Amino acid sequence: MSFLAITRATLGKDIRLEWRSKDAINAMLFFALLVVVIFSFAFDPTAEESRRIAGGLIWVAFLFAAVVALNQTWARELRNQVLDAYRVSPAPANPLFLAKAIGNFIFVSVLEGLMTPLFIAFYKLRALGPGWELLPIAGLGTWALVVNGTFFAAISLRTRSREIMLPLLLFPLSIPALLGMVNATTAILTGEESARFWIALLVAYDVVFTTACLLLFDTVLEAE
Amino acid sequence: MKRGFTILAIVTGLLLAFGFYKALAPLSWPLGTPTEQTMGYVQRIFYYHVSSAWTALVLFAINFVSSIVFLVKRNEKADILALATAELGVVFCAVVLVTGPIWARPVWGIWWDPADIRLNSTLALWLIYVSYLVLRRFSTSSKTPVIAAVWAIFGALDVPFVFFSIWFFRTQHPSPVIAQGGYLDPRMWITVLINWAAFLSLAWLVTWTRYRLEFAQRKVHEAEALESLREGSQ
Amino acid sequence: MTPDPHHHFLIAAYIATWAIHGTYFFILARKSSRLRREMEKLKK
Repeated sequence: MSFLAITRATLGKDIRLEWRSKDAINAMLFFALLVVVIFSFAFDPTAEESRRIAGGLIWVAFLFAAVVALNQTWARELRNQVLDAYRVSPAPANPLFLAKAIGNFIFVSVLEGLMTPLFIAFYKLRALGPGWELLPIAGLGTWALVVNGTFFAAISLRTRSREIMLPLLLFPLSIPALLGMVNATTAILTGEESARFWIALLVAYDVVFTTACLLLFDTVLEAE
Repeated sequence: MKRGFTILAIVTGLLLAFGFYKALAPLSWPLGTPTEQTMGYVQRIFYYHVSSAWTALVLFAINFVSSIVFLVKRNEKADILALATAELGVVFCAVVLVTGPIWARPVWGIWWDPADIRLNSTLALWLIYVSYLVLRRFSTSSKTPVIAAVWAIFGALDVPFVFFSIWFFRTQHPSPVIAQGGYLDPRMWITVLINWAAFLSLAWLVTWTRYRLEFAQRKVHEAEALESLREGSQ
Repeated sequence: MTPDPHHHFLIAAYIATWAIHGTYFFILARKSSRLRREMEKLKK
């Protein structure tokens, strides 16, 4: 089977399985709502200030939601010894990784899609800059978190305190991407600066780290 | 081997002492260094701060190279070198992060400037390599060195992004801190370079020590494992 | 040498530097003595 075919098959299977066990999805959605509500109680600014800090607030909220989603990435594979099978077979594990990453991307995007209107409502947000640019920013930023997060979730499998290991690895490395996401969003919301440089940074970051993840996933897998 | 180590230790001591003297001695003393005009005597923190930063970068570069060598050749010595340089790099980075605010407070009135590219990059670097050490400590895999080497590569790939992102952040957010500028009195340059040489020598000495310690520790653990196997089979 | 109003910052910085290095040396020394004890145990 070709690379893309395996990826699509694995992704399709994951989506079907997730859709059937709605428990996990519902819990995540409720978690997303909770995060927004907590933030609105913790940070309650006037409309003017809110545009300035909303970028940071939203992406921190997305980051925590992403970590919760990423932590269970490989749970099913672990239970069914799928990773062992890939370790033994000569076939590369890249398609599996890509499918997982895309699956996580879709899932986290759904969470973001839910949290955003809530944020807009709670903080009375309105984009003063070109609002359409927020979509590529969201996409690029989410991919940056998800592609590294999926990879580090695999690394964390053979560590003590697995759940804390993932954010411990993900956060320092994501600092440049986080700066990019937050500043790009703030630039659009306040309309005071151009987000172009940050978008370019995110594109470069995504390209570099997606390549690194794809090239090194097999190495990490065989080292378990 | 032992003699080389002793010589290095003596050289390190001499360089450190001389660097220390040059950093603190004013121009009126023999071989002194001029005091900076705007910042005053407290500017001399700079000689330790900057030389530590450059030493940390050298150590992290060595970590990067030995991690790649390990991944390609699976040579255990490369892995031990990677571990030693990462630990010492974190130590030197910590020095930079502590002396930086101590310098910033009297000179610019603030402990930390979020737009200062150097301190923030150093902080990100420190976090990345601390997480490298935590990963090594918490790993339960039998192939920890491989995972650690992969992580080191990711960390090194991240470094240019860290610099770029903070640099651009700074251009958009004017900083109250006036950077030390490009110009430095040549006599100050000499003092910086002497202290850098001293810290590089110290880094070499301590890395060597850590390397030998780790090497011996692994041998002892292997022997202990064999011993318990033998006892178990009796 | 005119007294500098900020000289305690300078002293603090130099002390902090060596305190950090000293802490690491101490950690290494402790590892080393523990290792030596393990080696003694093995020799028996």
